[in-house]
Parts: sequence; structure tokens; C-alpha cells
Amino acid sequence: MKAVSPGKGKKAKTDSTGKIWNLRLYLADQTPKSIAAFANLKKICEEHLAGKYRIEVIDLLRNPQLAKGDQIIAIPTLVRKLPAPFKKIIGDLANSERVLGGLDIRSVSE
Amino acid sequence: MVKAKRGVDVLEKCPTGIKGLDEITKGGLPRGRPTLICGSAGSGKTLFAMEFLMRGAMDYGEPGVFMTFEETPRDLAKNFISLGFDLPGMMSRGLIATDHVYIERCEVEETGEYDLEGLFIRLGNAIDSIGAQRVVLDTIEALFSGLSNAAILRAELRRLFRWLKDRGLTVIVTGESGDRTLTRYGLEEYVADCVIFLDFRIEKQISTRRLRIVKYRGSSHGADEYPFLIDERGLSILPITSLELDCPVSTERISTGVPKLDTMLDGQGFYRGSTILVSGTAGTGKTSLSATFADAAGRRGERCLYFAFEESPRQIIRNMVSIGLDLAQWVKKGLLEFHSARPSLYGLEMHLVTFHRVIEEFKPQIFIVDPISNLIAAGTAAEVKSILTRLIDYLKMRKISAFLTDLTHSGGTLGNTSEEISSLIDTWLLLRDIERNGERNRGLYVLKSRGMAHSNQIQEFLLTNQGIDLLDIYTGSGEALTGSARAVQDAEEKASELARRHEADRRLREQERKRNALEAKIAALRAEFDVETEEVHLMAEEGQKRHAVQAEDRLEMAHLRKGKPSAPPANRSKRRVR
Repeated sequence: MKAVSPGKGKKAKTDSTGKIWNLRLYLADQTPKSIAAFANLKKICEEHLAGKYRIEVIDLLRNPQLAKGDQIIAIPTLVRKLPAPFKKIIGDLANSERVLGGLDIRSVSE
Repeated sequence: MVKAKRGVDVLEKCPTGIKGLDEITKGGLPRGRPTLICGSAGSGKTLFAMEFLMRGAMDYGEPGVFMTFEETPRDLAKNFISLGFDLPGMMSRGLIATDHVYIERCEVEETGEYDLEGLFIRLGNAIDSIGAQRVVLDTIEALFSGLSNAAILRAELRRLFRWLKDRGLTVIVTGESGDRTLTRYGLEEYVADCVIFLDFRIEKQISTRRLRIVKYRGSSHGADEYPFLIDERGLSILPITSLELDCPVSTERISTGVPKLDTMLDGQGFYRGSTILVSGTAGTGKTSLSATFADAAGRRGERCLYFAFEESPRQIIRNMVSIGLDLAQWVKKGLLEFHSARPSLYGLEMHLVTFHRVIEEFKPQIFIVDPISNLIAAGTAAEVKSILTRLIDYLKMRKISAFLTDLTHSGGTLGNTSEEISSLIDTWLLLRDIERNGERNRGLYVLKSRGMAHSNQIQEFLLTNQGIDLLDIYTGSGEALTGSARAVQDAEEKASELARRHEADRRLREQERKRNALEAKIAALRAEFDVETEEVHLMAEEGQKRHAVQAEDRLEMAHLRKGKPSAPPANRSKRRVR
């Protein structure tokens, strides 16, 4: 899913807290929901985590065996690998308030 | 493999390999369609599903996917081993694939629209990896507690089942039963083809598992509740056997092991494949009779299955040596197999399921249960008849002769249970105590025996060190006597017989004497008569002589008187007569 895999392109930088946000977005093909989810995620990250995040996009249609590892059932699913603890958000991420809450980002952006 | 399209002319079935289930469902589960297995916690849903997969992989060459939502792969492997299946081995051979789906609600935040494509992909991946034809989802309703958007979930479940159907997969979905519904989350709504309900209940502290086919679209099926058993060999369901009375019948006769009992039964013993009941109070020799029958089976080279519910096999073998039976030799030769269990171990139905399983394995010609009354007590009276009917039908279909003993209570007549099952019994022997003169003896008679002219006599039943013997009971003066009373009566009989003989001799002699006396009398009378006759003759002679003399005298007088010869002689004769 090259079109929506710029995660590695965004160079992660360390800020004063030293945290790097390692996020993984599981999708299945380029459905409108998938595209919306990625766009929503990118927007939120740029707004709140500029320069200190990394997004890895996994297309399960190409790598179905990867679904087991993070216990993926729903699509799209966003997984916060780092910082701990492990968190999961499912849905198209349209409600940015809930995404921020789910990822526990608010404190960082202040 | 299977047509996934609807409207196929005949519903194809997928054999489960579970003992008894394929008979009830007439071939198995609907192929290419999902089946819902529901029941309360611990009712055996997971085991059912596991056995379905394992049998499919091993016996029918159909690989399967086990997707578990509750148990970890390690627990799952443990469960499989408890049924004797080697899950890791089968996974490495590509026969089974597992996937553990785990959802922790507190880790998950839901924002906006989503679908369950991830689940589809995982399932599809597992199916494709081994070319699976069978799928188990155990239990998919865990999704309801993991995800909060029920509307999405329901839409996705509907899509999932359609997707599985389109791929032609035979699927088992398990679901926990709710308060008043089959499943807590209404899974039956999605799985419309076949629903099987497993029940686990406890009555009188005895647990019973039962299975019921709630629905089976497009197929006839048994509608009853079927008891089933879970043990180290998996599930066994007690199947319904033909309730029509069309069992094969045999005219072959088999010996009871007691020659005189054979004689009572038309001289030939029981019919093969018949059902024999021996009723009797405690200590009347039921076990001895059973053991003798088992011994006779061994001598004929037949296989005999002996269920003992009162004694251990070793104890029976030891005890039967005392009446001259060596049962151990038949055990050694593999012709006799003992099964011993406490009747209270589980309910009647469970015992019957066990019977079925063991009979299938051992394939006996003779089946002995000693005693069946204990089992009857484990069930309720209403169940007894239908269940025993099933057992007896089952045995008859296989031409297995059943020999059942029944412990009755002394004092009373036959127990209620005996009356209930009497119509199922072909030959009914009764053993009874006969108490008299301070001793107890055993009596045996044939209460009924269908299809043969059996004896109506009560015989005395003797246990000797050479086995069982039957003796005619003394019935001389209108009452039955046994034991020493019979012996006493015999002796008295002999004495009075002797006395009678003496009496007769005496009478004969008397008669002889009388005859002699009579003859003597006759001789005497004749002698007297002869004497009289002689006298009469003498007198006649004398008279004539006198007459002659008188004539001479008259002539002489006439000669003297000369002229008056006639007058004076008349006066003279008159005087002489006087």
C-alpha cells in the first residue's frame, strides 16, 4: 500500500520528553474507510505530535499472517506500539477527540 | 467440494464421526452450512466441536480450522489431549490450524466506522493454509463482550456466515445459552440451518448430559433428547434405535448352562437374541445362574459381556469357583469381559450409553447385567421403560441375547419395575425362597417364556460344587416340600410303602387261609352228605329186605291159613309202620 505508506518518510525526532510515537495502522485494501482513517490519523499526528511520530501501515490483504500478532479483528485498527502501554483504536478515526483520548496524546501536546 | 449455492436438490451431509450423532441426524451436519451448538457452561460444546474437527481430519480427510475466542492455544492442546488427540502433531501435519482471537475491551477504543475484515482475513488465511473444509468458531459471541457497537457486529456476523457458506465450509459455531433464549446474543438468528442444544442437568445428585436437535432445515431428524457421555474416547450419544418391532428373529436355541433348566424350556434352552430376566430376592442364586450362562457361552466359543454392579470381577471369579465354574479361563481367552461399576456412579442413561459403547467395541453374543434393578433405581420410573426398550431393541437388532437379573424384595410380589419391563422380556425365570421347618431352600420356575412349551413346575434349585442342579420338588400330598422336609417325606413315604406291602402280604395269607378253611368245610359237608346218602341207601335196602321177608311170611301164613290170604296182612303192615 505504497500510496498511503509515508510513515517511514516522516523522520522521527526526539523532543524534550524523548518520546517517539510508534503507531501502526492496519488496513485492508484501499477502501474509503481506510483512506479516511489514514488521512484522519495523519492530520491528528501533524497537529499534536509533529516530528515525533512514526506510522507503519499494514495492508492485511497482502500480509494476512500479520493480523494474528496484534490480535486484529476490526479494520481499520490503529495500534500504539510505543510508548507503552499498548493501545488499540478501531474505526475510521473521524472523531479526533476520541482518538486523542484513546492514544493519550493530550498531555503531550500541551 | 460442495455446492455453496442454495436450492441444491438434496441436502448433502457431513459426517461428524461422533458416535451416535450421525444416526440421529441421518448422516451428519449439513455440509457447507453452519451449525450452532448451544448449551450452558460446561455442557460440552467445545468438546463436541473439537471432536467434529478431529474426526473430520483423521477419518474423513477433511482438514479443519479451530478458531477459539476463549481458550489459549496451550489450553486448547490440553483439552485435545484429554480426548486422545495430538493437536500439535496434527497441526504440524497440516490437518488442523488454530487461531486464538483475543479481545480485551479495556485496550480498545472505538472511534467511528469499522468492520471485521481483520477477522475474515485471519480466518481466510488459516483456511487457505491447510485447505480446510471444516471450521469451528468457539465461541464467536465473545465478540459481543469485546466490541460495543452491536449494530456493526450483527451486520458483520451476517456477512461472516454468508461468506463461510459461499466458501462451502461446514461450520460449527458454539454459543452459550441465555436465560430464556438458546444463546445469549441470539446467534440462532444467523445460523438458520441446524441448531443442536446440549443440556447438562443434575437430578438427585446425578448428572446427565442430553443432546437435542432443535432444528435441522431440510432434513428429518430425531426430535428426542438423547443422553450422551463424554469420556476419554470423546462423545457417545445414545442413538434411538428402531422403535418399530422389526428386529430379526432367530429360531436358534442356546443352552442355559443348566441341563435341567434347558429341559424346562422345551428341552433346548433360550432363543438366541431373546431377552431373559431372572428375578429373585437376595441370595437366591441370580449371580450363579448368570455365571453359569456366561460359562456356557464360553464353552460354545461365544463372546460374553458381563456387567457387574454388585461385585468386582475378581470376586465373582473367586466365588464361582465354589460352584465349579472356572470363569478365568474365558477371560484369558478373550471370550468373557467383565465391567464393574457402582450403579450410583451416574444415571441410568449414562450406564446405557456406556453399554452401547462397550457393546460396539466388544461385539458380544451374550450380554449380562447383574443386577439391572440397581440401575433402575438410579432413574425415575417413567424413564425406565423407554430407555430399557431402547437398549433391548438395540440388542435385538444385533441378535445379542440379554440376560438381566433383577433383585426383588422379599415378602412382596414382584417389584413395580419388574412389572413395567415385563412386556419387554421374552423369558422370565423366577427364583424364590421356600422357607419351611427352620430352613431356607431355593426354588426356580419359569414365569413365562415366549414361543416355547415350557415347564410349569417349581423345581428346587441346588448350588453344588459341580454347578447348578434342579430337583423335582416333592408334591405327593398336595404341598410342595424342599430340602430336608423333602428328604423326611421321602423316608416316610418309603416306610409307609413297606408297611403297605406287609399289609398286603398279610391279607393274601389271610385269604389263603380262608380259602383253605372253606375247602375243608366243603369237604366235611360232602363227607356228611355221603354218610347220609349211604344211610339212606342202607335203609332202603333194609326196607326191601323186610318187604321181601313179609311177603315170604304172608305166603307162609297164607299157606298156613289156606283160604284167607288177603285180610290179615293189612293189619300187620299197619302195625309195623307205627
